[in-house]
Amino acid sequence: METRQLTCIGCPLGCQLTVTLEDGKEPVVAGYTCKRGEAYGKKEVTDPTRTVTSSVRVTGGEIAMASVKTRTDIPKDKIFDVMAEIRAVTIPAPVALGQVILPDAAHTGVAVIATKAVAKR
Amino acid sequence: MVPRAVFHGTLFLYILLKILIDRTAKKRYTDNRKRKSGVTVLKYDVVVIGGGVTGCSIARELSRYQLKTCLLEKTEDVCSGTSKANSAIVHAGYDAATGSQMARFNVEGNRLMGELSKELDFDFIRNGSLVLCFDEADRPGLDALLERGKANGVPDLQILSGDEARALEPNLSDEVVAALYAPTGGIVCPFGLTIAMAENAADNGVEFRFLTEVQNITRDGEGWRIDTNQGPVTARYVVNAAGVYADVMHNFVSEQKFTIVPRKGDYCLLDKEAGGLVSRTIFQLPGKMGKGVLVTPTVHGNLLMGPTATDLPDKEATATTAEELSDVQTKAQRSVKNLPLRAVITSFSGLRAHEEHHDFILGECPDAPGFFDAAAIESPGLSSAPAIGAYIAGLVADKAGAAQKSDWNGTRKGIVRPGPLPKEQRAALIKENPAYGSIVCRCEGVSEGEIVDAITRTLGARSLDGIKRRVRQGMGRCQAGFCTPRTMEILSRETGIPMEKICKNAPGSEMLTGEK
Amino acid sequence: MQQHDIVIVGGGPAGLAAAVAARKAGVQDILILERDGHLGGILNQCIHNGFGLHTFKEELTGPEYAARFIEQAMAENIPCKLNTMVMDISPDKVVTAMNREDGLFEIKARAVVLCMGCRERPRGALNIPGYRPAGIYSAGTAQRLMNIEGFSVGKEVVILGSGNIGLIMARRMTLEGAKVKVVAELMPYSGGLKRNIVQCLDDYGIPLKLSHTVVKIDGKERVTGITLAQVGPDRKPIPGTEEYYRCDTLLLSVGLLPENELTREAGIAMNRVTGGPDVSDSLETSLPGVFACGNVLHVHDLVDYVSEEAALAGRNAAAYVQAGERAAANPVPLTAKDGVRYTVPQTLDTANMNDKVVVRFRVGDVYKDRYVSVYFDGERVLHRKKNVLAPGEMEQVVLTRQQVEKYPELRQITVCTEVE
Repeated sequence: METRQLTCIGCPLGCQLTVTLEDGKEPVVAGYTCKRGEAYGKKEVTDPTRTVTSSVRVTGGEIAMASVKTRTDIPKDKIFDVMAEIRAVTIPAPVALGQVILPDAAHTGVAVIATKAVAKR
Repeated sequence: MVPRAVFHGTLFLYILLKILIDRTAKKRYTDNRKRKSGVTVLKYDVVVIGGGVTGCSIARELSRYQLKTCLLEKTEDVCSGTSKANSAIVHAGYDAATGSQMARFNVEGNRLMGELSKELDFDFIRNGSLVLCFDEADRPGLDALLERGKANGVPDLQILSGDEARALEPNLSDEVVAALYAPTGGIVCPFGLTIAMAENAADNGVEFRFLTEVQNITRDGEGWRIDTNQGPVTARYVVNAAGVYADVMHNFVSEQKFTIVPRKGDYCLLDKEAGGLVSRTIFQLPGKMGKGVLVTPTVHGNLLMGPTATDLPDKEATATTAEELSDVQTKAQRSVKNLPLRAVITSFSGLRAHEEHHDFILGECPDAPGFFDAAAIESPGLSSAPAIGAYIAGLVADKAGAAQKSDWNGTRKGIVRPGPLPKEQRAALIKENPAYGSIVCRCEGVSEGEIVDAITRTLGARSLDGIKRRVRQGMGRCQAGFCTPRTMEILSRETGIPMEKICKNAPGSEMLTGEK
Repeated sequence: MQQHDIVIVGGGPAGLAAAVAARKAGVQDILILERDGHLGGILNQCIHNGFGLHTFKEELTGPEYAARFIEQAMAENIPCKLNTMVMDISPDKVVTAMNREDGLFEIKARAVVLCMGCRERPRGALNIPGYRPAGIYSAGTAQRLMNIEGFSVGKEVVILGSGNIGLIMARRMTLEGAKVKVVAELMPYSGGLKRNIVQCLDDYGIPLKLSHTVVKIDGKERVTGITLAQVGPDRKPIPGTEEYYRCDTLLLSVGLLPENELTREAGIAMNRVTGGPDVSDSLETSLPGVFACGNVLHVHDLVDYVSEEAALAGRNAAAYVQAGERAAANPVPLTAKDGVRYTVPQTLDTANMNDKVVVRFRVGDVYKDRYVSVYFDGERVLHRKKNVLAPGEMEQVVLTRQQVEKYPELRQITVCTEVE
């Protein structure tokens, strides 16, 4: 049996959640005030995910960088793998909003897309 | 501010001229900065050590003479040490002991400052000063100050009652029982003064070598050999204006040693919203509460208060401390009612070059002929600088038997500031040079045109602090939050220094740690 | 002199929303003046996500949120001048502005909407002792250098202040390979959103030290280290609690200040608490025909509320242009009390109010299980329990016309917190 301490992000209250994990059983969340806290606690211990945002260098653009994000959440433990790929990218202008920068970032199956259009210089 | 208005017309003509000669200026800038390669020993008639206000004043005065003069400065710019962090005051001259060098040069420097500010186009306002007396018991001290001032030759001194003082300055404390009023007291932009003198010296042929630190000085025949981190330099005469390091320079050559003890003073600078609280410089009469601090408007409309006085062994220890900053604020509140302390926009400290005898050490070193000291220049050093420059340069020129140049030009035009210009002139200026229409620093309203001028003119800025001291970019209430990235880009573009190498001041103060 | 019906000062989220709303309300002649080279304001450098949940019911990044409004403004063909700095607004609404192409020019405006946003509180305001080396950045400056210009500002970082920009930058710098050693917060609570504390600090094991501040900065040229100390209830450092952190960068995220130089110079009445102008429920300042919205009015926590507020200002500016000046018939002051620091608006014109008026406010401390109450003179008309109230979160109450009409003699509206 394992317990994990989390802070709920649902609202400013920031409930301190204790999640108890036992093999083969549904995680048990304690310390929440509302249902959002319980759901958050379960998700965080079974399948924590995040959206990664960053920016990539643009060549020949009117600005130096284009901001990017993973189109959807990726597993939390893949954040740095995705970042390593993003940091290696340089793209030529023009860049369209929503343009795919990396089709499958760090084998997550999630694309990294531009969140800003960059016109040619 | 009257002189400025009068000068608007000529200023405007100058602007047009300025645009035409911009390209030449840029070229001269590169030439000035070019470092000679190889191991050739550089030979000069005179080497001035130190690019503070004293060194730059001496260099400018030396530039009148037919002498090959070079100024060595260990940092990347002039006005980087004591001269950049002080009260920015031109003292009337009643403070120093009668008969002292301080008294003589202060009164003379004060007298010269008005004319000089017109010749060299820097900010100087003769706003007058008041020394406050808070206790009838301290009255004899105030009277003594008046007598000393008269003996020193300070004109128009007058003792006011508390109410008379408050009539002049309505925000003075109700505690004030009397005050010494000195109408000749003034405020100056210490950067403006120092940079103006340096530029004028350079335009009249003085070479400036930056990032050049003197490591040793030895006899070399009749003259001197100066070893620096950039290689050796020789000179017939050396002038020591090395500020807090003046003892080190002097002690290289003289057996009559002295020690400069850096005396640190912390200051707080308030937003321009507080700048109008007083219009004169407000001192406190030393009394049972200690030496006191001053509260003064600056020539740019801020309010400055300080300094503390802490003797330190470290000549680079310009760190403020919580105790001293709080001390400044507490003491300043004694002089001026309702000081808005929340309006502090920055605090800083400076080191005064204090020597135990508390007087300037000026003149040829008795046991090292040809080596001239301008040492122990603490307050009133800034006020005295114009007079010290003329005096020391005169001594050197006499010794060298140097004649005056026939083509010396003692006037210099400052960086054009579109802000105070009438709208039509400002509009015309932008039409001529669109860079004046692009505001980089919002708080101080500094345009790209001014920043480019600061970088490309004689002895142009190479660092963010250098730009800041020339045009006030980043000196306003946001303290460079907005304009830093843009200013870095302009500096990089104009000088070719890569962005990653742009420094706040000296090397080692790089702003960035590389590309992302 | 050029003339325009509505001049909008600032093309960030507030200016864009105000412009679009004013156009939709029927005013054709609108001009946006923007000092930067792009529309969108600070959102352009806020590349993280979390914007737009209220407005668009989805999570957008800052540039995406800005793009939605820029598209709307483009679709409405609203003209704007970029790289244009407004220098002055006169009491008769002559706007003096400047740029490279047009030089210095004046515009006579029938209505003006102030949308200048806010700026960061600098180090000086904190009186942090020590040296003044390179490597001290306000978080937003560092954010711009990283996200827009593509530079690295530091490798080993300490952050003072747990405002949202500081938290976001802690994550951002970590993702770019820097080591963020600690985030120190003077107050016993963070001014940032819980979500940011978890996802920007906890996710990366970055400690948050509440009730701590920087007491010393070391490094003559570049920062070499800083000293943190714990502070007591008086927010003064406690001797003996000092801890040294080696670092090359200190980021400051110690508060935002509405940028009201133009407002002040125009002689408009200001509010000491918000740092913005006093406004009526139509978001009109003390200068008739000059409206204010967004962070220049008061610092918001979410951009969605900026857009909402700005749209209201835009509509009211349009109404002003269409109907002319309308003196307030019965302005009733709103007073903030007992834990409520301020309200926006500061007055409510009961005779001309909309059906619903949103009153936004912030509290001065963290409160749990408190009530937010509204009094009409002596009578409590609203009493709502909140699990938690925190200074970092903007709160609101809604007053309705229907409710106000029941009190024809109303002299004073009070917004406060109550224990029961």
